Amino acid sequence: MELNSRVPAGPLEKKWDRHRFEMKLVNPANKRKYTIIMVGSGLGGGAAAATMGELGYNVKCFCFQDSPRRAHSIAAQGGINAAKNYQNDGDSIYRLFYDTVKGGDFRSREANVYRLAEISVNIIDQCVAQGVPFAREYGGLLANRSFGGAQVSRTFYARGQTGQQLLLGAYQALERQVAAGTVTMYPRTEMLDVVIIDGKARGIVTRDLVTGKIESHVADAVVLGTGGYANVFYLSTNAKGSNATAIWRAYKRGAAFANPCYTQIHPTCIPVSGEYQSKLTLMSESLRNDGRVWVPKAKGDKRAPGAIPEDERDYYLARKYPSFGNLAPRDIASRGAKEVCDEGRGVGPSGLGVYLDFADAIKRLGEGVIRERYGNLFEMYQRITDEDPYKVPMRIYPAAHYTMGGLWVDYNLMSTIAGLHVIGEANFSDHGANRLGASALMQGLADGYFVIPNTISDYLASAKPAKVDTSHQAFKDAEAQVAERTRQFLSIDGKRTVDSFHRELGKIMWEYCGMARNEAGLRKALELIPQLREEFWRDVNVPGSDVELNQALEKAGRVADFFELAELMCKDALHRRESCGGHFREESQTPDGEALRDDEHFAYVAAWEYAGDAKEPILNKEPLVFENVKLSQRSYK
Amino acid sequence: MNLKLRVWRQADARAAGKMVEYDAPDVSPDMSFLEMLDVVNERLTEDGQDPIAFDHDCREGICGSCSLMINGTAHGPMKGTATCQLHMRSFKDGDLINVEPWRAKAFPVIRDLVVDRSAFDRIIGAGGYITAATGGAQDANSLLIPKVDADASMDAAACIGCGACVAACPNASASLFTAAKVSHLGHLPQGQPERYRRVLSMVSQMELEDFGGCTLYGECQEACPKEISIDNISTMNRDYIMAGVGS
Ligand SMILES: Cc1cc2nc3c(=O)[nH]c(=O)nc-3n(C[C@H](O)[C@H](O)[C@H](O)COP(=O)(O)OP(=O)(O)OC[C@H]3O[C@@H](n4cnc5c(N)ncnc54)[C@H](O)[C@@H]3O)c2cc1C
Ligand code: FES
Repeated sequence: MELNSRVPAGPLEKKWDRHRFEMKLVNPANKRKYTIIMVGSGLGGGAAAATMGELGYNVKCFCFQDSPRRAHSIAAQGGINAAKNYQNDGDSIYRLFYDTVKGGDFRSREANVYRLAEISVNIIDQCVAQGVPFAREYGGLLANRSFGGAQVSRTFYARGQTGQQLLLGAYQALERQVAAGTVTMYPRTEMLDVVIIDGKARGIVTRDLVTGKIESHVADAVVLGTGGYANVFYLSTNAKGSNATAIWRAYKRGAAFANPCYTQIHPTCIPVSGEYQSKLTLMSESLRNDGRVWVPKAKGDKRAPGAIPEDERDYYLARKYPSFGNLAPRDIASRGAKEVCDEGRGVGPSGLGVYLDFADAIKRLGEGVIRERYGNLFEMYQRITDEDPYKVPMRIYPAAHYTMGGLWVDYNLMSTIAGLHVIGEANFSDHGANRLGASALMQGLADGYFVIPNTISDYLASAKPAKVDTSHQAFKDAEAQVAERTRQFLSIDGKRTVDSFHRELGKIMWEYCGMARNEAGLRKALELIPQLREEFWRDVNVPGSDVELNQALEKAGRVADFFELAELMCKDALHRRESCGGHFREESQTPDGEALRDDEHFAYVAAWEYAGDAKEPILNKEPLVFENVKLSQRSYK
Repeated sequence: MNLKLRVWRQADARAAGKMVEYDAPDVSPDMSFLEMLDVVNERLTEDGQDPIAFDHDCREGICGSCSLMINGTAHGPMKGTATCQLHMRSFKDGDLINVEPWRAKAFPVIRDLVVDRSAFDRIIGAGGYITAATGGAQDANSLLIPKVDADASMDAAACIGCGACVAACPNASASLFTAAKVSHLGHLPQGQPERYRRVLSMVSQMELEDFGGCTLYGECQEACPKEISIDNISTMNRDYIMAGVGS
């Protein structure tokens, strides 16, 4: 397989401008003759569908929720980065570019990241024009806050609901196009396959989640904006429905899957409370500004936190990282918590938790100030745990949160299948091996509003897709395969529920392919996953029929895909014998236990190619060339 | 604790529905309401019965998917709380809990506890936006917006579109939902050019969709998980009258 990144020539700052000039255009009168399928209505998909509709294309947009407004992007809390330098604190497009490349531990493509930083400023302008109510100063200017991994204040926010407000902006623009007739919305519809004709993506096969009807949709180009796959761990901060099905089906049709093992584990989530736990709730990273992280010094110390004297506490982050202390980056803070819990010093009923203590901050600043800063988070915590964090320290533990890996795309966001484009969290593009806070929203909107509407025109004008319709044999075959798979799920009639399999898969992944990975563990996972998958196909119980709303059937399809993806993640993690960002290989660490990269052997994107169910996937490499930044070891001591 | 549930079961939009009783033994007070239903569903599946269908996604009170009438109250007994954020410690051992879908003509039942809320999307499509096609926006800081206006706008924009307001209203009116959007955009300078056009078309779409009229019962504000104020309805009504005067 050829991996041509199609990065334009010329100096970094000129690439995107020049490329935009060189790309072909579609004449306004001809746009309406082209149909584009947009799968997903989150920040990526919602923004793209609305913008392509505005341009005059005929857009069909799909989502599995009952309304595009409910895409998982709605849940993002903290904020969105942009290199506006409104604070005059030395920010610039170059600095945002550099922070992102460094934060990603030098595993992303320079040209893409630079374009992202450039576009970040337009995003804020666009969102304000749409009426996104960002936080303001008394004088009426936009307010900013700081986020991890940066020394400037460049994060824009709307209370703790930034994702919601940005998504509603895109959703409103989308509904305007729906009313105008340029976009047709298909809610409660799940894409189950992509159809390729003459080497080009020409449509999708879907299932109507209400009636069960399997249908084909034809188009001149297909865009996937279907989000991340952190739910492979079962327990994650993602919405329950978030899944990998769309990108996994595309992978099996020939789209390369890049860096599947790069996952982000967020350090501050509310710990698991029981076997029935269905998802994990994020507590904003901002809490670490005033909270102090600690565990008892002694193993198995079961005293109440207040009864443990100061000199018997281990403030391990402050001890190990004196200069960053409680504000060490996400991957490092997460591993720190795992380490102390592995030593038997974790707190709470399960022993999988550490304290995040506000007692000092409350003493220093008063309860009023803390309430003003974090009131809503404290309330959310209390609602879930029934404990008052003003009186007893919070208990937190890391949880799966975001996936940097995804389908491989070139500079135009096109996958290795011609005409199949991928945007937002579903692609692998901009965050390398670790994403910085407040950068996913930026990337989703950059892709959706500003990149794909340009590059898709270039594709359509150059490829000039021939006329086909859904009576083509390729559609019939794909429909038959989807129907057969559905029939299979329903006919197994076994004993175990889909959720019980998903939970068990999640435990395997968390144990062996989570915060820390090693050769033996990954090999073990590669034995366990196929066994469990085999049991799934033999003993799963999917009740109901295929001609009705059947939530168990929906879940079964997603979990079946997670099984296969989980295996690829472990293979990727096994092959990458270095530590970088969120991927920590225990065999590759510095003498004091920090992640150790191996640039000589691993400065590349691992793009996996499907070769058949019974065959090993093929590893393709896109070398990462750094012309502008110097590779260095990250240090937070 | 051990609970009894009475749950609305309905095979599809055309079928007749009925309340069916289920045991929910060994419920932990730390479970969320939806986790309790998950456990009941696991057991139903293992017993060869159809699990109860209900909408949910984020389980953090922000996506607006979850939508249960619990003991006759939209989203249950906790004020300012969506169903997914409600925990079983709000109930006690031996309780009988009724679980029903949103009831409104404009929200037909699809199955069990799942309803069709697409009317809300059409109300937004009728005018719940600012026309600002992508590209060409001016610098964000060239538009000064006083903090009080931005805050008031955000208060209204916090609506999650769950439909509890409609379910709680004796008239099944969508006024709070519609007013929240009118108010979100109306508080901003960017929203002014289309302000009156917007209110007229959104209100007329609302009327087309089988929602009832507003007689200011105030149940909507009580049920709203985001505690959106009924004052927004007065704002909408005022704009509506002004729009009539202007046209
Ligand atoms: C709790 C939480 C907080 C976060 N906070 C922040 C933050 O403060 N700042 C930040 O920058 N990032 C944050 N993130 C990350 C960020 O929210 C996501 O990465 C981003 O929103 C993903 O957007 P998306 O458009 O790629 O996908 P999504 O928003 O996940 O949308 C996916 C869409 O695809 C559809 N879909 C999926 N599969 C199918 C299918 N098979 N068929 C049809 N439709 C399908 C869905 O219906 C949906 O419309 C946070 C994430 C979480 C979990
Ligand atoms: S599930 Fe999202 S608001 Fe309840």
